[in-house]
Amino acid sequence: MSGRIFLLGDDIDTDQLAPGQYMRGGIEAIAAHCLEAARPDFAPSVQPGDIVVAGRNFGAGSSREQAAEALRHLQVAGVVALSFAGIFYRNAVNLGLPVLIAPSIDGVLDGDLATLDADGGVLQLTVKGIALPLDPMPENLRAIIQAGGLVPYLKKRFATDDKGPSQ
Amino acid sequence: MRQTLAQKIIARAAGRDHVTPGDVVTARVDLAMIHDSGGPRRVAPILQDLGVGLWDKDKIVLVADHFVPGDTEEGAAILAMTRDWARRTGVRFHDGLGICHVVLPESGQLRPGMFAVGGDSHSPTGGAMGAFMFGIGATEMAGVLATGEIWVKVPETILVEWTGRLGDGLMAKDIMLALCGRLGMDGGKYQAVEYTGEAIRALSMQERMTLSNMAAELGGQTGLVAPDDVTAAFLRSVGGSVPDLSDLHSDEGASVLEHHIFDATTLAPQVAAPHSPANAMPADAAGKTTISVAYVGACTGAKYEDLQAAARILKGRKLAAGVDLLVAPSSKRDQDRAEADGIMSIFEAVGAKILPNACGICAGYGTYRLGADVTCISSTARNFKGRMGEASSQVWLGSPLTVAAAAVAGHIIDPREMLA
Ligand code: SF4
Repeated sequence: MSGRIFLLGDDIDTDQLAPGQYMRGGIEAIAAHCLEAARPDFAPSVQPGDIVVAGRNFGAGSSREQAAEALRHLQVAGVVALSFAGIFYRNAVNLGLPVLIAPSIDGVLDGDLATLDADGGVLQLTVKGIALPLDPMPENLRAIIQAGGLVPYLKKRFATDDKGPSQ
Repeated sequence: MRQTLAQKIIARAAGRDHVTPGDVVTARVDLAMIHDSGGPRRVAPILQDLGVGLWDKDKIVLVADHFVPGDTEEGAAILAMTRDWARRTGVRFHDGLGICHVVLPESGQLRPGMFAVGGDSHSPTGGAMGAFMFGIGATEMAGVLATGEIWVKVPETILVEWTGRLGDGLMAKDIMLALCGRLGMDGGKYQAVEYTGEAIRALSMQERMTLSNMAAELGGQTGLVAPDDVTAAFLRSVGGSVPDLSDLHSDEGASVLEHHIFDATTLAPQVAAPHSPANAMPADAAGKTTISVAYVGACTGAKYEDLQAAARILKGRKLAAGVDLLVAPSSKRDQDRAEADGIMSIFEAVGAKILPNACGICAGYGTYRLGADVTCISSTARNFKGRMGEASSQVWLGSPLTVAAAAVAGHIIDPREMLA
C-alpha cells in the first residue's frame, strides 16, 4: 500500500502526538488532535497507509503510550526518523506501530508518494523512483509488530504454547 | 571483551557471554515492581484478556503508595481493588509502608546485579543498589507479569564522574539539579547513566538512591552506581543476602558514549525554578524568592537522611511567619528511625504538618494539593506545571537542607548560611 509522506522536523514530542488536554477523552479524541500544533492538517487529512518521516529524537517527552497509539489509530504505515526517543520506541513496538531508523532522509519531501517496506527496511519513493535504505528492525521486534503489538503477540504465543512462559 | 556494568547485567539476564550496545535482546526479569496507580487496575484487565496467570508471584512486588491514605473516593476504590488483587494472587505486598522506590530496597528484595523493571518512571532508583532497573508502561508490565521476559535494546553508558568531595551543606540532590541544568532533561538519551568518582563513592546508600532516582529527570533509562562496601553494608542492614560483587563494575577502558567530569568541591547548593528540573541555578541566585509552602517529601527527598538534614537546620529555629512546612517521610521504617532519633520531634516543635508515608502532594492525587498561586519549595524530583496542584502554583526544587532553610527564612536562601 502506498501513501503520502508527512515530513516533520526534529524533537516531535509526546505532547504534540497526544496533547495533554485531550488525554481524558480516550484514543479517538487524542488521535483527532494528534500533531495539531506542528501540523494542523495532519489528523484531518491523514489516510491509512500514509507515512510519517521525521528528524531526530521523534517521540521525546513523557512515557504516555497514547503517543504511539494515536498514530496506530490513524493507521499510518509507520514512522521513519533519524532517531527515536527510547520510551516512545518501546511503546511503538509494543503497540504494533512500525518504527524505522533512516541513516538519512535527504531527498524526502512533504507530500511525496511512498511505500514503506518495514520488513525489508526500505522506504520507496514511488514517483521519484528512489529507494531509501532503513536500518532493519531486529527480528524479535518485527515479530511483535507483525502480530499487531505485544498483547496480540503474547496471545498467539500462549495459544501455540500451552506450557505457558518459556524458560 | 571489556564491558560496562549495564552490559554485564543485561548479558547475564539474556543468557549471553556479552552484549553490544544497540543489540536488541530478550532478557529474563529477576524482579518486577508495581504500585497501586499503574499496577493491578491497569495490568489485571490485560492479563485477563491474555487468559494467563502470573509468571512467578515471588518475583513480583506490589506497593500501595500513590493513593494512600485513600482520602478521596476514587483513591479508596483503587486501594480496595489493589488489596483484593494482592490477596488473590499472593504477590509480595507492602501496604502503607511507604513509597515503592524506598520500600523495595528496604525490604532486602532488590540485590546488586539484578535485572529489574518497575511500573513507574522513577524505577531507575534501583540502580543505586547496582541493579539494572528501569520503568515500563502498563502493557509491557502485563507482558512481564505473564512471561517473566522483556526485550531490551542494550544501552550505551554515559559516565558521570564527580571528583573531590561534596562540602558541608551539599547533598546528592544538588548534584542532580546541577546535572539537569548542565545536561538537560534529555541528557541521559535513554542510555545507562553511571555515576562514578570519589564524591559518589563517599555517598551513603540513601544519597545514592537520590542520584539514581533522578536519572529519570536526566532522561536516562537507568542510573547506576557500581556496588561496593556501602552497598553490601546496606544490604546486610536490611536482611538481604549479598551476592558476589567482584565483577559488578564497568571494566577499565570499556567504551562509553560520553564521559562527563565535574568537580564536587566547587558545587554550590542548587535550586530549580518552575517548571523544570533543568532550570537549575545556585540557591543564592534565586533572588530571595518568597515561599509560603515548604515540602519535604517523595521518594527523592524524605528518606531518613533527608529528614535528618532538614532537622539539622530546623533544630532550635522557628518557621518564618506565613510558611507551612509539610513533611511526608518516604517510608514507615525511615519515620520510625527518625522518631527514635528525636528528628520527628524537631519537626513537631516547629509546627510542621506530618503527612502519611506515601506519594502525597508529589503525585497530586489526594486531598493535599497546592492551591492557586502558591509558591512552594520542595525536595521532590519534578516541578512540572500543575503536577502538585493548581496550574498557577509555582514549585521550586531544592535539597532537604535548602527546603528547610527556606522554611526558616521565608525565602530561598543558601542553607550554608544556617550551618555556620
Ligand atoms: S513520591 Fe513522587 S516521584 Fe516518588 S513514586 Fe511517588 S509520585 Fe513518583
